[in-house]
Amino acid sequence: MVSGRGNAAAGTTLSLALFTARARRCLAVLPLSFAFLAPPAARAQAPPAPAYHFVVVLNPAHGGTDFGANLDGQPEKDYTLAFSTRLRSLLEARGISVVTTRQSDVRLTATQRAEIANHAEAQACLTLHASETGVGVHLFTSSLAPASPTLFEPWKTAQAAWITHSVALEGVLYSALQHAEIPVALGRTGLPAIDSMTCPAVAVEIAPDGAAAGSGSASGSLADPAYQAKVAAVLADALLEWRSEGPQL
Amino acid sequence: MIPRYQTVLFVVLLAATAVMGTVLWHLRQHEHQRLLQGEVSTPTRAPEVAPAVDATLMVADDADGSVVPQVLSLPLPPSPNERARALLGKLLDIYAAPGATHPVPGGASSILQVFLVPVPAGTPGAAGLSGAAAGSRGGPELAVVNLAASFADHHPSGLETETLTILSMCETLHANMPRITEVRFLVNGRPRATLAGHASLMRTYLATARTITGGAVASAGISAQPAVAGAGQ
Ligand SMILES: [Zn+2]
Repeated sequence: MVSGRGNAAAGTTLSLALFTARARRCLAVLPLSFAFLAPPAARAQAPPAPAYHFVVVLNPAHGGTDFGANLDGQPEKDYTLAFSTRLRSLLEARGISVVTTRQSDVRLTATQRAEIANHAEAQACLTLHASETGVGVHLFTSSLAPASPTLFEPWKTAQAAWITHSVALEGVLYSALQHAEIPVALGRTGLPAIDSMTCPAVAVEIAPDGAAAGSGSASGSLADPAYQAKVAAVLADALLEWRSEGPQL
Repeated sequence: MIPRYQTVLFVVLLAATAVMGTVLWHLRQHEHQRLLQGEVSTPTRAPEVAPAVDATLMVADDADGSVVPQVLSLPLPPSPNERARALLGKLLDIYAAPGATHPVPGGASSILQVFLVPVPAGTPGAAGLSGAAAGSRGGPELAVVNLAASFADHHPSGLETETLTILSMCETLHANMPRITEVRFLVNGRPRATLAGHASLMRTYLATARTITGGAVASAGISAQPAVAGAGQ
């Protein structure tokens, strides 16, 4: 016998607007407390100024023999690559330098992706996914526990020292998407590439807009060019705002 | 020249060896299948005689990426392994039902087995035990969940949906059996790189109170085997 008692919705969540807000508040004090811990290379950087080294890494997931999800007939690897190209042009139009992990249909290992991202010394690293499940945009940060920066980070958990910055970047993206009335869910997950990145890193998974059910190029579907353009524009503007918040470490 | 009786004896012995070998191989295959299908001790459904107790299922919702507790009265077997299996089975039945908030085909039969083993001292899971659980007899436990291949093969592919399946299973186990602090997954008895192309199954997931409040699922540092590049990100 099974008798339902309904939802005791105490709110255990992946989606924590509060959590993010709290994390962003914490971030305000973080640069001060971590200033003395910053690696020499970072300390040598210019102090917060109108113009500083600001690079965004775009990491379109999957590629080559890794097709990713099947998005109504289109492989996810093609979708992420096309979206990356679209977002890249929007960012460059806003004067932001962009490094991409792949520009063609090739398969990269998690290590290769992290190496490209880390070499760029980026201020934001976005890994791009797409899925037919859920609605709107899903933002994920690494599930590694935050750790203080050390001189030599273990490769597999290098992101641990950057978690607070990643969560702050996630918060900026979250606010922008919410403001644009795109449904957005937050979560934490373990992805080898992100766990090895030494930059504020967020995985962005694009799902169909909840308002429009249906497939093909129907309004709000993954294939809808207007929906893609809207998400890309919101992300580009959010990254512009992220740049205005000053250098991260 | 070899005497005729020796030749006959040799052929007879050879035939006997072949027959015995075939029988042994069949027995082995039979036993292997029996183990894989979990026919070992208990039926898939909890026996009706088991008393119904309140169980908290942590049910995922794709719409907002949340995991929401849902209290049900379930007849749960007393054996910890079977209890864990029944809990996860009920959770997957909810996901397989029409109109599910986190639709995944498969249902209860997708959980082939759950084994509980003690967590070695010094691992993160060993420290993650809450006060109440630590006070009871026995230490923290690692749950090894053996999933059916058909479940993983038909699971929707995506970062959110795969993460939510794993998160809700870990949280459901920990909510009802607080001694379970770590969870590992196998598919048909074997390690598998990812659930459906995204969420890694090569790592040990921490199922602690922190997990439930913070939404953090994994700890990469304690993965017994290196993460495989199969997760294409
Ligand atoms: Zn993907």
